[in-house]
Amino acid sequence: MTAIRDLTLSVERGEFVCLLGPSGCGKSTLLDILGGLQRQDAGVLEIALRPLLVFQDPALMPWLTARQNVELGLPRGAADKWLALVGLERFADALPHELSGGMRQRVQLARALAHEPEALLMDEPFASLDAQTREHLHGELQAIWSATGKTIVFVTHNVREAVCLADRVIVLTAAPARVRCERRIDLPRPRSVNDPAVTTIAAELLPEIECALSA
Amino acid sequence: MRALGVATALIGGWALAVWLIQPSPLLFPGPAAVAVALWEQCLAGILPRAVGASLLRMLVGYGLAIGLGLAIGLLGAWRPARGAVAGLCNAMQSIPSVCWLPLALLWFGLSDSAVVLVVVLGATWSIALAVLDGLSNTPPLLLKAAKTLGCGHRRTILQVRLPAAWPAILTGLKLGWAFAWRSLMGAELLYSEQGLGRMMVYGRDLGDMPLVMAVMVVILAIGLAANRLGWEPLERVTRRRWGLAA
Repeated sequence: MTAIRDLTLSVERGEFVCLLGPSGCGKSTLLDILGGLQRQDAGVLEIALRPLLVFQDPALMPWLTARQNVELGLPRGAADKWLALVGLERFADALPHELSGGMRQRVQLARALAHEPEALLMDEPFASLDAQTREHLHGELQAIWSATGKTIVFVTHNVREAVCLADRVIVLTAAPARVRCERRIDLPRPRSVNDPAVTTIAAELLPEIECALSA
Repeated sequence: MRALGVATALIGGWALAVWLIQPSPLLFPGPAAVAVALWEQCLAGILPRAVGASLLRMLVGYGLAIGLGLAIGLLGAWRPARGAVAGLCNAMQSIPSVCWLPLALLWFGLSDSAVVLVVVLGATWSIALAVLDGLSNTPPLLLKAAKTLGCGHRRTILQVRLPAAWPAILTGLKLGWAFAWRSLMGAELLYSEQGLGRMMVYGRDLGDMPLVMAVMVVILAIGLAANRLGWEPLERVTRRRWGLAA
């Protein structure tokens, strides 16, 4: 089966791009290829940055504490700053199964940031969280992005989430994935999914998504 | 507390059966006679020496089996070798390890080494298979995480695949311990100069069934103690740490 075909995409350094598309449209495959976990069968990938993937499931080692997870592959003592950044300094010694889903996802975020990648590739990282936690993390992610200037490619199937986070939303078609259209979002930050402007743009994008689904 | 209740009930039932049926003590001694035999053998220092000799062989054999099983399992986790190694382990597993005793005696002569070899061959395969299976079943997401975090081959094995496999390996180690213990008793019954198996042969030769049963009680007690003081705490800690606790 072909997951992706004729897809052309470029992302600027420091840009926050959301890839928006239906579930199973090849978004995860695309991120795996960008992150070097999978090789494309055909086509050219040019990547100047060192990327790191953030998964939909927290992908923490269950036998390591939050701190040890963040420090995996790093020198000791590297974790505290990043755990504090995601508001988990008090839970540094907790095991993953002792944390809530949202906290686990924040540990994963801290781990990704601690490795100081130049780009973050995020695969529906907040999809399995409740609305409140998700909104909180939207705020944190925008703050981190503004503070660090990292390049972020964020995959989601939630239109309002995409509009809330991105500089540029790219709508993908159902498998095989292709670029359907893109939209620049110039709203001031920080934004929330409940901002009227975000809701308006999301509503404008909805027909495009429906077309993308049926295409 | 419940264990104590079960033990009391078992011994009580045993005593009651002996009291009701009145079998010849040559065929089936009661708990009192066995307790006396236990006490006498302890006092004479014979039992402690036998326990020491058996446990020493056990520890040496089991220790070697852990090293060998780990090495074979790690080799089997290397994909090109996997099928061959798993096949070998399953084949060797099907030979009860006392079957190696005639060859072992030929190779090592009438020595402890022969018995130790039987113990090693009893425990190695289940440990190797557990290591191999555990290492082959790392959750793919954890491997992806390791890769994106820049973990190399070595770090991935040591810090991701081995710890992820630990609960499976622990099960293999426990199974290996049970196999080693059975192999040891089997081998000692067939040949040894000292040890629990030797004591049973001695009891049989003398027609001293209280002695034979006293040794059986000791074998059972050692098995229970290993479970209670070794495996259960290890499994508890593992379940808690790996988030497997119910």
